[in-house]
Amino acid sequence: MDVFFQTVVAGFLKGGLYALIGIGMTLIMGVMGIINLAHGQLMMLAMYVTFVLNTMGVDPYISLFVAMPVLFLIGVIIQKVLLNPLIKVETILPENQVLMTVGIGMVITEVARFAFKSDYKYVKTAYSDATFFFGGVSFSMALTIAFAIALAFTAAMFWFLLKTDLGRSIRATAQDKDAATLMGVNTGRITVITFGLGAALVAAAGSLLAPVYYIFPDLGGPFTAKAFIITILGGLGSTVGAILGGVTLGLAESLGATYLGMEYEDIVGLAIFVAVLLFLPGGFKRLTKI
Amino acid sequence: MKKNWLPLILLAVLLAFPLVVTSDYFLHLMILFFLWVMIGSSWNVLAGFTGQVSFGHAAFFGAGAYTAGLLFQHLQLSPWWGMALGGVVAMLLGLPFGAICFPLRGAYFALASLALGEGMRHIATISESFTGGMMGIMIMPTFVSKIPYYYIALALSALTVLSVRFVIHSKPGYYFLSIREDQDAAESFGIDTTLYKNVSLAISSFWTGMAGALYMNYMGFIDPHVVFSLHDYSVMAILVAIVGGVGTIYGPAVGAFIMVAVQEFFRSGFFGLFDYIGKTTGSASFVSAAEVVRQAHVLGFGILVVVVILWLPNGIVGDWPKIRRNLFRIQPTR
Repeated sequence: MDVFFQTVVAGFLKGGLYALIGIGMTLIMGVMGIINLAHGQLMMLAMYVTFVLNTMGVDPYISLFVAMPVLFLIGVIIQKVLLNPLIKVETILPENQVLMTVGIGMVITEVARFAFKSDYKYVKTAYSDATFFFGGVSFSMALTIAFAIALAFTAAMFWFLLKTDLGRSIRATAQDKDAATLMGVNTGRITVITFGLGAALVAAAGSLLAPVYYIFPDLGGPFTAKAFIITILGGLGSTVGAILGGVTLGLAESLGATYLGMEYEDIVGLAIFVAVLLFLPGGFKRLTKI
Repeated sequence: MKKNWLPLILLAVLLAFPLVVTSDYFLHLMILFFLWVMIGSSWNVLAGFTGQVSFGHAAFFGAGAYTAGLLFQHLQLSPWWGMALGGVVAMLLGLPFGAICFPLRGAYFALASLALGEGMRHIATISESFTGGMMGIMIMPTFVSKIPYYYIALALSALTVLSVRFVIHSKPGYYFLSIREDQDAAESFGIDTTLYKNVSLAISSFWTGMAGALYMNYMGFIDPHVVFSLHDYSVMAILVAIVGGVGTIYGPAVGAFIMVAVQEFFRSGFFGLFDYIGKTTGSASFVSAAEVVRQAHVLGFGILVVVVILWLPNGIVGDWPKIRRNLFRIQPTR
């Protein structure tokens, strides 16, 4: 039974970080209607920012506040220079913005490989391996702090989306772009800010993950896959769904790794993905309605 | 209608090619080119003509390759049987997948296909006793010379292009186009959109599977990370079609030629130019530049995607009037 609780706790803590990744993805999905297939790569970039600052002796939780603005800026540039011009371009395929994000992801990965080489990098901190016990279940110190910060960011995000003017504009654009434009919302600017926000959120996840994970250029792909599984699980464009989806994926991976074997960790996510498509197309959004 | 002789002339040139050029290196590049014509054209049927963008064509490619490999591994059947069955198996993989995804609208198919490709790679890696896992499968190629493979690949790729051409100019082809342009309108005309999306997927997965089986026969070695690779096959298939021209019949052939050339260009370090300059002038910087270029081939692809989507969204064939206007300053005559 202890093993079970241990697994659930580990999965839950990981799920908090996944939720952060998923919210960024789902915001972009909701406002622009595209899947950002460079999402994991942006996270990888944030992890390298954390790594570089760490070699200068900056704590990962402080470099969080550097990585987020940097990635926000990168997100803004990507959206402004590369994605927004595509809306005006006449093409046959509606998905060419998605294809563009694939290209951007490839470029980011290769640039990182040039700058940092392919080998694994570690961000070593005093609390990387530290644990504490609570009722016979061990909690990883770094993951628990990461979970708390992720929770705070999620709450702040909700406050921002629900209470501020900008947040309301973002939600309006997601609901109906044309109507929002007619109400005087500068939707072009909103898409730019949203992509920046999505990138900043995933950057937060990257910085939080850096002390407990290893960093290498190809890390982006698997995390992009996780991000879109979370988004599908939660329902495209649903923020609450992304949180539920993130926690579900974290739990499922953790349980799969314990009871089926480590190599099944990734398969579990994909199995859930297929099950959702079959039995609950539309994801958790269908149940929560938001 | 003006008869277009260019494809026929090109076919004649390709038939005569091995008689003139005997270098194994160029024959190998041509075989790769044919392989990509097959994959690019079949991706184009599904995405370019039917509007269902797939990010997981590696799944079908790998399924075809593994069919050929596993038949040999377990039943000691000649891998040429795999040639016959590879496409069928890929199609059988595609049908239930399409049946699940196509009733759903929006981004689901794109995402699910991405998951299919990744999932197939994991499955092939894990089921070690059946597929050999990371060890992969190795077979002895039947022919030592490349010329038989050249003609087989040429025949298959010509068949692919011809069958795509045939389908697109027949009734299902027009159904595909109407689904791409406006699914609601297509449905209101009584077109079973789910059925015809599946038909499109079946054609597409069949030829991709055939390409996979051909790859197994020609290369003689596969492992999960080679044939189910997201970047090397799924994304490359998209690139081939986009560079050449999405939704055009000969576009993927043009794209395949360019992509194989670009790939080789990077892999050989500007066709050995830097190495040559480095050797003749004795300067070390050119040798290291060649090394950098070799490492940059994925970066080059990424930049190519960005550039092509921004400036040539309909590919070289699709945007040919635009290119001609800008390059030669010729106003198109109407």
